[in-house]
Amino acid sequence: MENNSKSKNRREFIQSGVRLSLALALGGVGGLALSKVIEDDWVWQIDPFECTQCGRCATDCVMSPSAVKCVHAYDLCGYCDLCGGYLKPDANALSTAAENQLCPTAAIERKFIEEPYFEYHIIEDLCIGCAKCVKGCTSFGNGSLHLQIIHDICLNCNECSIARVCPSDAIKRVPASEAYKVKGDFTNNPES
Amino acid sequence: MKKLKYILFTFYFLLFTFTLIAQQQRFPKPEFESGYEQPDTVTPEPRALALEYFDVLVLILVLSLATWFALKTRSRQGVLWLSVFTLIYFGFYRNGCICSIGAIQNVTLSFADPTYAISLTALLFFILPLAFTLFFGRTFCAGACPLGAIQDLVIIKPISLPKWLNKTLGLIPYLYISLAVLFAATGTDFIICRYDPFVGIFRMDAKFLMVVLGVSFLLMGMFVARPYCRFFCPYSVLLSWMSRFSKWHLTITPAACIQCKLCTNSCPFDAIDFPTNEKEVVKSGLGTKRFLAYAVLIPIWVAAGVFVGERSHTFLSKANPDVFLAELLISNPEIKNDPDNLDVQTFLASGKTMETLVQEAEVIRGKFYVGSMIAGGFMGLVIGMTLLNTVVFRKRQDYVPHKGNCLSCARCMDYCPVEK
Ligand code: SF4
Ligand code: SF4
Ligand code: SF4
Ligand code: SF4
Repeated sequence: MENNSKSKNRREFIQSGVRLSLALALGGVGGLALSKVIEDDWVWQIDPFECTQCGRCATDCVMSPSAVKCVHAYDLCGYCDLCGGYLKPDANALSTAAENQLCPTAAIERKFIEEPYFEYHIIEDLCIGCAKCVKGCTSFGNGSLHLQIIHDICLNCNECSIARVCPSDAIKRVPASEAYKVKGDFTNNPES
Repeated sequence: MKKLKYILFTFYFLLFTFTLIAQQQRFPKPEFESGYEQPDTVTPEPRALALEYFDVLVLILVLSLATWFALKTRSRQGVLWLSVFTLIYFGFYRNGCICSIGAIQNVTLSFADPTYAISLTALLFFILPLAFTLFFGRTFCAGACPLGAIQDLVIIKPISLPKWLNKTLGLIPYLYISLAVLFAATGTDFIICRYDPFVGIFRMDAKFLMVVLGVSFLLMGMFVARPYCRFFCPYSVLLSWMSRFSKWHLTITPAACIQCKLCTNSCPFDAIDFPTNEKEVVKSGLGTKRFLAYAVLIPIWVAAGVFVGERSHTFLSKANPDVFLAELLISNPEIKNDPDNLDVQTFLASGKTMETLVQEAEVIRGKFYVGSMIAGGFMGLVIGMTLLNTVVFRKRQDYVPHKGNCLSCARCMDYCPVEK
């Protein structure tokens, strides 16, 4: 019996020793990480100046349809009649018929303002984030249409599955307090 | 002649003005006369930070309650309803994200990448369950983990697996966590999140293959209880280390075991250790000799692991998109003419030189070289220790839960006839 309790004591001693070291290790890892911790949370966002409109935003989000949508920076828009984001470049007749529209889901609404200007408005529910209009607007217009991750749809995945496949590395973690990179409010155009 | 001059002049004039405008805007914003009001660009805010802290609070509450139910009131009912709550809150409401298992990668990345600082919520989700486990056993797994909860609720008729199979499959989590840390540290991928089998079910939306994976885990889980927890979960490695040395782990019996054997089949996870039969131990001739032999083998296992890691680092590093692209362009230069390869075309259009790409890829591969060897050595150590453990006999007189493997689900307690 005596022997038994001795070995039991020894076991308990080792146990608490290891427990202490584990606690210290845990504290160490926590402390080290804490030295770099940020109060803010991270969210994912697209840098519109780096995006090359590859189209993967529509296909690679874990949400279907994608949490990436086209947004319109109205300040930059020319309100053109012949909108490069709205009409197919080879549209033969100037008509807004469906076959001439660039957007596959007809998510862009065109509204007459005054001669000769038109406002273009994205219907968020229809947009699938395919970037076709963005490509058109960037190539032929002012680039006022661009993609953003819309945060009331985005699940804020631990790692954005589009970021992983974005060929231009345009999707990065940004602090939640500056969750958007809407053109105009934010500029880092290397050319300007 | 004059005409030509005129044309040239116009040409230059146009060119000049065009570049000027291009630097600002191709088409300047019009000045409206009709009193048009420009709409705002809609940018809905992300989830408020306060809500994230609320999640931490919920986690602490659930952890405390789970511990209370498992250790104090010894109530399976309590644990059960708690896991239903966890499944609804952390699973379906929070979409299985944020999660402690995935937080391993955030912690790793914050050490490996100087530009990444972990958010306080992620850090707390990583630390709190481990700290609780160090004192109370894996009560996190019992009631606070949504992945565990969804599997726990589908257990119908658990079968008992042979010991060797349990042990062998139990090595997978070690491999999984090694790879997860390796991929996170090299900034390649977050594989735990990507291959989380249940997140698609929580979100009710996922790629077809992931749904198949999740459903098959659940189907399998009807008979092999909690397959993800026991044979895959990378966090379980850390939890089980903590739990083995936990101070107040739950006990099957509230007082003293009377060896009635009623609880032997009560654990769906084969986590109850039976009393050791000393006669059998003596007869099997296991003992010091075998122990010494296995102990000597450990360094060899480690060396073998390092070797395998070294051999496989090239292969593993291909999971990194930069390394993959560099390899592809070197081994297969014609691909540059393939207009359908988006990655290649984007790279070519980006103006980045081949040298920069190769350099970056080499840096990453260097990290993989070191990382794979460490991971391999670690796996060797784990295998060696597991083998060594098979010949170590701890004297046991009673039926007790295996502290490392017990998920603190509290099922066994209902079988114990001993009154307090
Ligand atoms: S994946 Fe990247 S480049 Fe492609 S559309 Fe999205 S942000 Fe733009
Ligand atoms: S073209 Fe694509 S990105 Fe643009 S509005 Fe339509 S669906 Fe959205
Ligand atoms: S973080 Fe997730 S939900 Fe949000 S855009 Fe990326 S993949 Fe989609
Ligand atoms: S083993 Fe892993 S998945 Fe299972 S309950 Fe524990 S932490 Fe969750």
